[in-house]
Amino acid sequence: MATTEVTPSSSGNVRTLKVKRFKPSEDPKNTYLTDEKGLWAWMTTVDHKKIGLMYLGSVAFFFLLGGVLALLLRTELLTPAKTFIEADTYNQFFTLHGAIMVFFVLVPSIPAALGNFVLPMQLGAKDVAFPRLNLASFYIYVIGAIFTFIALANNGLDTGWTFYTPYSTTSSSSVIWVTLGVFILGFSSILTGTNFISTIHKMRAPGITWGKLPLNIWALYATSIIQVLATPVLAITLLLLTMERFLGIGIFDPALGGDPVLFQHFFWFYSHPAVYIMIVPGFGIISEVITTFSKKHIFGYWAIALSSLAIAFIGFLVWGHHMFTSGQSAVATTVFSFLTFLVGIPTGIKILNWIATLYKGSIEMKTPMLYVFIFLFLFSIGGFTGIMLGALSADIHLHDTYYVVAHFHYVMMGGTLIALLAGLHYWWPKMTGKMYNEFQAKIGAVLIFVGFNVTFLPQFIMGSQGMPRRYYNYIDQFTIFHQTSTIGSYILGVGFLLIAYYLMKSLFTGEKAGSNPWGSRGLEWQATSPPDFHNFDHTPVIINGPYDYHKPMEEFQLGLADSHNGHDPSHEAAEVTAARKKVESN
Amino acid sequence: MGSLFDFMLPELKSPMTGASTDALMAFIHIVSFIILAGVSIAMIYFAIKYKRKSENDKTPLITHNNTLEITWSVIPLLLVFVVFGWGYKGWLNLKTVPDNAYEIQVSAYKWGWTFKYETGAQVGNEVHVPAGRPVKLVMQSQDVLHSFFVPDYRIKQDVLPNRYTYVWFQAEEAGESQVFCTEYCGTSHSDMLAKVIVHTEEDFKAWLDEQGTGGGGTPVERGEQLATLQGCVSCHSVDGSDGIGPTWQGLWEQERNFEDGSSEVADQNYIRESILDPGSKIVEGYQNQMVSYEGRLSDDDISDIIEYIKTLEE
Ligand code: HEM
Ligand SMILES: [Cu+2]
Repeated sequence: MATTEVTPSSSGNVRTLKVKRFKPSEDPKNTYLTDEKGLWAWMTTVDHKKIGLMYLGSVAFFFLLGGVLALLLRTELLTPAKTFIEADTYNQFFTLHGAIMVFFVLVPSIPAALGNFVLPMQLGAKDVAFPRLNLASFYIYVIGAIFTFIALANNGLDTGWTFYTPYSTTSSSSVIWVTLGVFILGFSSILTGTNFISTIHKMRAPGITWGKLPLNIWALYATSIIQVLATPVLAITLLLLTMERFLGIGIFDPALGGDPVLFQHFFWFYSHPAVYIMIVPGFGIISEVITTFSKKHIFGYWAIALSSLAIAFIGFLVWGHHMFTSGQSAVATTVFSFLTFLVGIPTGIKILNWIATLYKGSIEMKTPMLYVFIFLFLFSIGGFTGIMLGALSADIHLHDTYYVVAHFHYVMMGGTLIALLAGLHYWWPKMTGKMYNEFQAKIGAVLIFVGFNVTFLPQFIMGSQGMPRRYYNYIDQFTIFHQTSTIGSYILGVGFLLIAYYLMKSLFTGEKAGSNPWGSRGLEWQATSPPDFHNFDHTPVIINGPYDYHKPMEEFQLGLADSHNGHDPSHEAAEVTAARKKVESN
Repeated sequence: MGSLFDFMLPELKSPMTGASTDALMAFIHIVSFIILAGVSIAMIYFAIKYKRKSENDKTPLITHNNTLEITWSVIPLLLVFVVFGWGYKGWLNLKTVPDNAYEIQVSAYKWGWTFKYETGAQVGNEVHVPAGRPVKLVMQSQDVLHSFFVPDYRIKQDVLPNRYTYVWFQAEEAGESQVFCTEYCGTSHSDMLAKVIVHTEEDFKAWLDEQGTGGGGTPVERGEQLATLQGCVSCHSVDGSDGIGPTWQGLWEQERNFEDGSSEVADQNYIRESILDPGSKIVEGYQNQMVSYEGRLSDDDISDIIEYIKTLEE
């Protein structure tokens, strides 16, 4: 085929590039996995892909830990009174479970694990803007995680992951250590966010305008903004808590003349935006997967891109909806309720745009797509119940009951975690070069779907009937709901084991994936599977958008004609040529 | 229509506080259910109808549609405005205590509840109330946060140390309802239960008489004694005459104007603050001369003094 001359951007400053089609090898010799070997090479690598995998490994480890705790909790709840553990143990377990799942799993899962892997590739870059900083973020995450974990486990912290004062400050001072750990974790989050923002601004391959960014990048961009802006508040909270402890200045502790409700404000000022740090990256994955498996252009590109940003910003202003019964002022309560509804709208818009994307598509129900469908269903339920909780009078009844527990599991697990599974199955061939067993993967997805609903649907019912959350004992009338829920959690557990099994197995016996097993138009699929150390062996040039499925594959896979090994010749000789070069033939 | 979702809620025993909530919940459930069904059906229908036939399927280029985009932003927006307004109205009603409410003092602690009556009678983990009459609970915690929740009445309110919060309901018929603590408070949080026991008006009177005065007299009597013993009345008159401090007569629920130009209604929280932190708000025309009673008066003492002040009408 011919090399063509293209003008990637039509601004006044026309720059003409000579491009040619590069077809990725289907059987690469050199990949990032074979490039440097050995433990030390992994531990000191600055390759975004390896760092992504290391995050993935850590997240998986913590998920296992959090999951085992969840099953223990659910087992205890099989009977109304003591089943097999003491009340104090139960309280410590649910605190550990919540803190692990939120801070060690959901917050880093999509951005730091999958995001690290695909973000530079989707931008056609060789790495993130600051590769060493990226490695540092990982180690900060590990240190923060270990620190928090030791503090939690050692002091037997039993405050819940919300650490409400004065309960948290009267029993022991461990809340400071835990907050300190979470604060260290927060730094990792801030650094990753900054790194991503710089990368998105500065490292896009020729031709990737803002309007041609994959929606996954838009989602990660919005997430990074929240990470950078919200996380410092945690630092302030810690500082204030420490001042109170060591200097005796009354801030949160009423015994010192402080205001316990103030802590809730600080906590949710970070933690509410944090729930968007958890879900918005999931939105990105859904957009990628749904277009790939319906081979169709995304519907409402700008609506989806901008609604991520809208959610990021409004998300800062709704923290008080966690405090409707706390005794905060009436004006605050009203305003928070109102703003909460405004956050629901961009979320709804996204869902409808995704569904419109399916219209007249060419839909293939591969595992990642199955997860997208599961996501759309479960996350919608999470959203609607969020609207219910945003309604003041209804929230008074439902606050701190199992209804809220079900709501946030529908959004955090039914949303974020299912999106993560969609992304994991989608990019697995890219990351490992291997295909998993499609049939087993579908069984896994069905188990997760069934298990999830059996676990959490009954919680909506018992919650609105009055079952409070964080209860070790409960009154008899709720037994049937709790038992159903526990059975559901076992089904979920089996589902996750199955997933772990076939994914691990694929590493050894899986079929070779090929560079683009799903026929995606995304840039990351124009590299080999697994990718080369530098991602692409040419500098990609983008003429078409990532969702231009109406155009033939030939118009993709373009790169600078004379680039070699990922080096743009213009980087070496500063002649960004305005001179037009003749079209060459292959 | 609402009855479709009735299985989700316990029987409503205080319609004055819960009817609006129930109707709103039914409304949201129904609308959500319709939209969820629509979304799910569309999804599954598309998946079947547009199932991939071959690797070379061509799909049309449909990038966006502004009319659709606006429709599905505006309709939900209008719907959530309705929900917001409805929820707000119901909540205002929960916050507005009827004038003739019967008042009971509630003290929460790890892990139980004490209810104290105007007669001085005190009961633990059982609150007896008259039917057909609004009841106001004025609540305070002795330690950490707790929350008072009665599912049958659709009411919930956090109970805070150092601050009074309140909640009201009106049970229409004699019977019992479950009370839960819904703010996590440690080991026996899940055993921090109580019962509301609703009597007919006569039975309630009889029950209250039976309880006696709990030994130390009524709260008002105790409050009066404390005010004398602790020397409050040497600076604050109770008959309207001026002293070193403002008179207590007519103080209750009166608008107070402060030296710094701000003002506030004298409610429980204000009076409590004035006792514990007198310097924080100085009434216009007075000096900051009162010392704090922090540590000298217990929470109970302060509540009783407030009860006494309430009786000093003009
Ligand atoms: C349509 C969007 C959403 C709305 C309108 C919404 C609304 C609410 C409201 C009003 C509450 C407070 C309920 C209460 O405590 O009484 C709440 C709780 C919660 N939500 Fe959402 N929410 C939405 C999406 C999300 C998402 C995306 C996440 C996480 C990824 C999330 C996670 C949580 C969590 C963790 C809690 C409970 C926190 C706790 O008390 O432990 N929500 N939500
Ligand atoms: Cu409690």
